[in-house]
Amino acid sequence: MGVLLAACALAAVVFLLLIALYLILAGLPAIRKAGLGEFLLGTVWDSTNAEAPRFGILPMLLTSLWGAAGAVVLGVPVGFFTAVYLAKAAPRPLARVLRPAVSLLAGIPSVVYGLVGMCALVPALRAALDLPAGDSLLAAVIVLAVMILPSVIDLTTTALEAVPREYEEGSLALGATEAETWLRVSAPAARSGIAAAVVLGVGRALGEAMAILMVAGNVPNMPGLLRSVRFLTTGIAIEMNYASPGSLQRQALFSIGLVLFVFILLVNLLLNRTLKGRKGA
Amino acid sequence: MAKGRRRRAWNLLAAALPRLGALVTVGLLAFVAGYVLWRGLPGLSWALLTQEESVLHGQVGIAPCILNTVYVIAVSLAAALPLGVGAAVYLTEYAPRRRLAAAVEFAAETLSGLPSILYAMVGSILFCTVLGLQKSLLAGSLTLAIMTLPTVIRATQESLKTVPRSYREGALGLGAGKWRTVRTVVLPSSVRGIAAGCILAAGRVVGESAVLLYTAGLSTAMQDFSSLSGLVKASGSTLTVALYVYAKERSDFTTAFAVATVLLFLTVLLNLTAGAVGRRR
Amino acid sequence: MKEKDIIKARDLDFFYGRAQALRHVTAAIPAGRVTALIGPSGCGKSTFLRTLNRMSDLVEGTRVEGSLTFHGEEVFSPNVDVTELRRRVGMVFQKPNPFPMSIYDNVAYGPRTHGRWNRAALDDIVERSLRAAAIWDEVKDCLKKDALGLSGGQQQRVCIARALAVKPEVLLMDEATSALDPISTARIEDLILELREHYTIVMVTHNMQQALRVSDKTAFFLLGELVEIGDTETLFSMPRDKRTEDYITGRFG
Repeated sequence: MGVLLAACALAAVVFLLLIALYLILAGLPAIRKAGLGEFLLGTVWDSTNAEAPRFGILPMLLTSLWGAAGAVVLGVPVGFFTAVYLAKAAPRPLARVLRPAVSLLAGIPSVVYGLVGMCALVPALRAALDLPAGDSLLAAVIVLAVMILPSVIDLTTTALEAVPREYEEGSLALGATEAETWLRVSAPAARSGIAAAVVLGVGRALGEAMAILMVAGNVPNMPGLLRSVRFLTTGIAIEMNYASPGSLQRQALFSIGLVLFVFILLVNLLLNRTLKGRKGA
Repeated sequence: MAKGRRRRAWNLLAAALPRLGALVTVGLLAFVAGYVLWRGLPGLSWALLTQEESVLHGQVGIAPCILNTVYVIAVSLAAALPLGVGAAVYLTEYAPRRRLAAAVEFAAETLSGLPSILYAMVGSILFCTVLGLQKSLLAGSLTLAIMTLPTVIRATQESLKTVPRSYREGALGLGAGKWRTVRTVVLPSSVRGIAAGCILAAGRVVGESAVLLYTAGLSTAMQDFSSLSGLVKASGSTLTVALYVYAKERSDFTTAFAVATVLLFLTVLLNLTAGAVGRRR
Repeated sequence: MKEKDIIKARDLDFFYGRAQALRHVTAAIPAGRVTALIGPSGCGKSTFLRTLNRMSDLVEGTRVEGSLTFHGEEVFSPNVDVTELRRRVGMVFQKPNPFPMSIYDNVAYGPRTHGRWNRAALDDIVERSLRAAAIWDEVKDCLKKDALGLSGGQQQRVCIARALAVKPEVLLMDEATSALDPISTARIEDLILELREHYTIVMVTHNMQQALRVSDKTAFFLLGELVEIGDTETLFSMPRDKRTEDYITGRFG
């Protein structure tokens, strides 16, 4: 029986290897044909051009980077301070209601955020900033930031609540105010939980496709806040349904997938090293 | 010696920011939910939920999509549950070698962080093409099973860890074998936690759209669930995919928002159920 | 040094919601001396200690009646700056609670909070405080080390250094040695005798021998009432109240 169970456990490893393997096998041909340099640094993506297709993913790569960064810059501070409120500052009866409400919203499907973005945010941007169309990187960043809020808040609140009361009492007894205690003792003590929240936020922002598909415009431009843009994820999503199997276009999509896979692994590794590594000198 | 001016200013800011953050968060999330309800409730009707769509009769109905969603939840859980529980049992009860356990945990964590679009790509190749399932709900469900595997594993592990050692020792002391102990003593005690994990996984499945868009198809017509071959071949959109189709492809926003409202209620329901199931101890 | 009472309680009543924890407590804490608060569990000695720096405020629903003054000013007056009060009346807890930071950052926390950021000044304060807490020699070469890596007795002395770093006038010690081993306890008792000259110390202890060894004045609490307060030797050898005598001779507690 133990063997059978071990096989179940290995299934996870097998699946991961399968995915990695497939992405590599399916993704390398197009990279080889286009040349790695041209692929990663080329600024033109023109995959449907029959005579001279171009497969430069730099615009999409940079868009994914800036988009995730923007979402994190907007979402993490708001999420952090909300978590401080829920864990420390809020009156307990209010916190008891708000906390589950916020984490409940973490489960809302991304297409719903996309829908609201499409029908409320994009027209608003168009009107407010006098744009031809509101679909833009800015819209995507805002939608992503709102999407990662609930999970960032949930993780951070848990981490803050876990800080031992003794630390906070010690700080107050030295004449610090509550706010000083929360930010200079509780938050640093909850470092690793907060780091995990940030890593999660970045991961979600980098991996999102559907919501962005509905608000970002999907033209493979070099990223500009008010421009219509395409992310790595939407780059795949947009063309996947009509790229014929076996075609160079299809292979190129797998190459994007490979790049996305490696990108996410690298970002995770980097973040884990820098953020979590700082705990416990 | 009263508090210095700088300190007072810092404290004013530090006390205000959490409240501000909470206000922004609650405001944004309330707006999203409110907007969806505002535009969705008018379009919601019993007819919508129970009919299928028919161009002939000029009616719109999302009953097929609801059924498709149920199908996907059922099949993906049916596939993920044995594998996930088995893996968790192996990791917690059979004390495998450190490297194996570390590999499985790393695989599970990485799998849970992968963008859904990558699952969509690999899933469509693996299940639709290689295994010959074509674009079908079955293919989509199997892909989602891999995606939700980490959730099931983690929830089961947490649940198993809360079972007191004394239970295991009691059974083993009576001469029961390892598997028998697990099957008759440990697992029954952790059913609540596993169930809560399943509901969480179901929540992820409901919220997923990218994977299904590319592995399960877009049809909003009623599928044939009456025969085994029908079940295998069924191909259509779930609620989230339908939302995308109605919004982006057909610009039928009334129905799109109605679907969004249904999704909202479903999310809340699943979340509350998971909490209730997991909490009673 | 002028013998003066710097903390005075008069008819102090304290309530946790509806339960009354302190009844008509009238006491005077002399400056520059060690005052011990003794009594059985739940008698109110810790509650009284915590009113002195208003750490009692941290519990919801508490109420105070009567008078408690520090240098003549009402402690519970709404005009009081609590953070300043707590700087002047420091506290050391029963379970050592250094922050999860380096030893240096722990001791520097108080001064930094109150506005001192100059690196050289902080270095000086940290050294002085660690010396005053009799632990400088043990940690001077590893100030950047995580304070949680120290032994229990060392952690408590770092906490004492941390409390001293803000230059309080009064040091409150809430059973500060009860979680420590006998050797660490002895070291801290020696420390208290050293600190006595420069600080006013009020300590809660359930160890009567400790009170005898270390304190000048002792107050005996029972069921929220201050039964007897006076010179330590006198209280222990010739207690005026029968309840005090019963407690000291071990008939209960």
